[in-house]
Amino acid sequence: MKDVLIIGGKEVSSRLFLGTGKFSSHRLIPEVIRATGSQVVTVALRRIDPEYEEENIVSYVSGECILMPNTSGARNAEEAVRIARVARAAGCGNWVKIEVIADNRYLLPDNYETVKATEILAAEGFVVLPYMSPDLTTAKKLVEAGAAAVMPLGSPIGSNRGLRTRELIRILIEEIPLPIIVDAGIGRPSEAAEAMEMGVAAVLVNTAIATASDPVAMGRSFKLAVEAGRIAHLAGPGETHEYAQASSPLTGFLRD
Amino acid sequence: MCQRYDKFDFDSFFKQVTDAGIKRIIAKNRLTETDFLSLLSPRAEKYLEEMAQKAHRCTVQNFGRVIFLFTPMYLANYCVNQCVYCGFNVHNKLERKKLTRAEVEREAKIIAATGLKHILILTGESRRESPVSYIRECVEVLKKYFTSISIEVYPLEENEYVELVSVGVDGFTMFQEVYNKEAYAEFHPGGPKRNYRFRLEAPERACRAGMRTVNVGALLGLHQWRAEAFLTGLHADYLQNTFPDVEVSISPPRMRPQLGGFPPKVEVSDKNLVQYILAFRLFMPRGGVTISTREPSELRDRLVRLGATKMSAGSSTAVGGHSASCAQTGQFEISDKRGVMEMAKMLYAQNYQPVYKDWQTL
Amino acid sequence: MKITLNGREEILKDGTTLAELVSLKQLNIDEVIVVYNCQLVKKKSWPGTVLKENDGLEFLRFVGGG
Repeated sequence: MKDVLIIGGKEVSSRLFLGTGKFSSHRLIPEVIRATGSQVVTVALRRIDPEYEEENIVSYVSGECILMPNTSGARNAEEAVRIARVARAAGCGNWVKIEVIADNRYLLPDNYETVKATEILAAEGFVVLPYMSPDLTTAKKLVEAGAAAVMPLGSPIGSNRGLRTRELIRILIEEIPLPIIVDAGIGRPSEAAEAMEMGVAAVLVNTAIATASDPVAMGRSFKLAVEAGRIAHLAGPGETHEYAQASSPLTGFLRD
Repeated sequence: MCQRYDKFDFDSFFKQVTDAGIKRIIAKNRLTETDFLSLLSPRAEKYLEEMAQKAHRCTVQNFGRVIFLFTPMYLANYCVNQCVYCGFNVHNKLERKKLTRAEVEREAKIIAATGLKHILILTGESRRESPVSYIRECVEVLKKYFTSISIEVYPLEENEYVELVSVGVDGFTMFQEVYNKEAYAEFHPGGPKRNYRFRLEAPERACRAGMRTVNVGALLGLHQWRAEAFLTGLHADYLQNTFPDVEVSISPPRMRPQLGGFPPKVEVSDKNLVQYILAFRLFMPRGGVTISTREPSELRDRLVRLGATKMSAGSSTAVGGHSASCAQTGQFEISDKRGVMEMAKMLYAQNYQPVYKDWQTL
Repeated sequence: MKITLNGREEILKDGTTLAELVSLKQLNIDEVIVVYNCQLVKKKSWPGTVLKENDGLEFLRFVGGG
């Protein structure tokens, strides 16, 4: 049986999602996408600053990719919903990553506003991928609200600190019947591999690739790591024994 | 949920369970339904000790070295059902009785004097003799003596559960008796209890009404125990998933001699009972396991460290049985006749603490 | 007349259309996304949209983001 990732009814060919922020130049992006093999690529919506000449990112993303605008800049559900609607109307497809952050120090998401935005946008036919702080109750509400996946952070955006929240992510994998996609904090290919081994459906990586000395090579490394992790997960790792065999038998009396 | 397993071939499944598979399951953190069933298989009997060690650690970690004590109070034994295995069967000749307010108060005083704060009240199924209003009246009396009241009565409508919750009932027990539909019909030839679905869905109605704890179970001995244990576990898991805030537990009662003398159709050995409890503990690490006085003292003592979390003490299954002056016929014969003090002593000897009061609704 | 563009006040000649404003700002018409009084306006409607006093405009584009 083929191992397929399906999100919002669509088959996604790569479990490595790519963020396009922080690159030294947009010109690198097509090559990085080739190296990572990513199909889902995130972009953001911003006001044009006439003083700052920046080229349109969309022209650097190939037509086969699924463009996923994020709602970065939104501080509450209402703003996130507005951004999502504009992005879709501007021809961006109906996938959206909800990112509602009202915390400038750590850039941690507002789970409550995220659920609200998810509910509204899912009802309008968006394929909603909410970025959230790994909390089981929130995740359950996101399922009810109609999310197409759940995207818990591994550690704060840009921190490159890996899967600090791994225990909570583990719980989400066990309890939530949607693809779990680790988004934020993955700093190394080995961390992406670890997330995939744990059983997440995909990972979203931005900073670690964009700010590497050689983003293309780093992109390629992440691609291999994600594949390796996925294969390992499917191969069924052996059990780890937490304790050695104990001394006194509890069921000996049954044999009498 | 049960429908999925209506035509399931348990025997074929058990045949393909492997040693390696069982070892892998025991080491897992979160078991699937299939894992649970594998641990209930005959093959898994070889691994009882490993299961026990992990189940023991798991129980201690989740519940502490603690056993919660309670006692049942039978309020009335009028019953219109014809359950073939029950002492209160409408056809059985025994004195039918229901406690008056004064008698309820007397029973309550005696029980409260032993230190217990949680009580389980039971009635037979009779909307005429023990209607909801009667149960409600008894609860009003019992509230003065106990901080937590659970009910084990006939299936009610949701609004009736809401009513009882509003006067202070916070726990609910309902045994499906037999999850297998065909077998169920066989054992319940007459009376409202024939309605399989209404009974099966009672726990959900109770949870929606606001009950904080729910206890389900099958009566072991009526039908193949491995299948029944499995479906009980699934039912508990379903309730936990649907009502995450409710404390879910199971009871594994084995048939006991009763008036009417109906013998068990299936033998359930001590080993089987232990396997059931251990498998359930590994499947639902935070699920409660209630062991009643149906089981003999020696076995109950052992079960303390094998996953039990709640036990009854000083029990009587007769109406008004706690007041020594009434020598009534009970619903079934009790095995472990120890009172609260003796149970406490046994627990302390095992380095466990008896708990009489878990909480109180404010 | 006074309008708000990207959060800042702008003074424009009366009767300026959206298309004229985009051209005035030397923006690439294929890239810019125009949100006019909270509604997205497609390119073909720009010439026909005449700006009024106190209108709110956002000129947006897609940029890199994670």
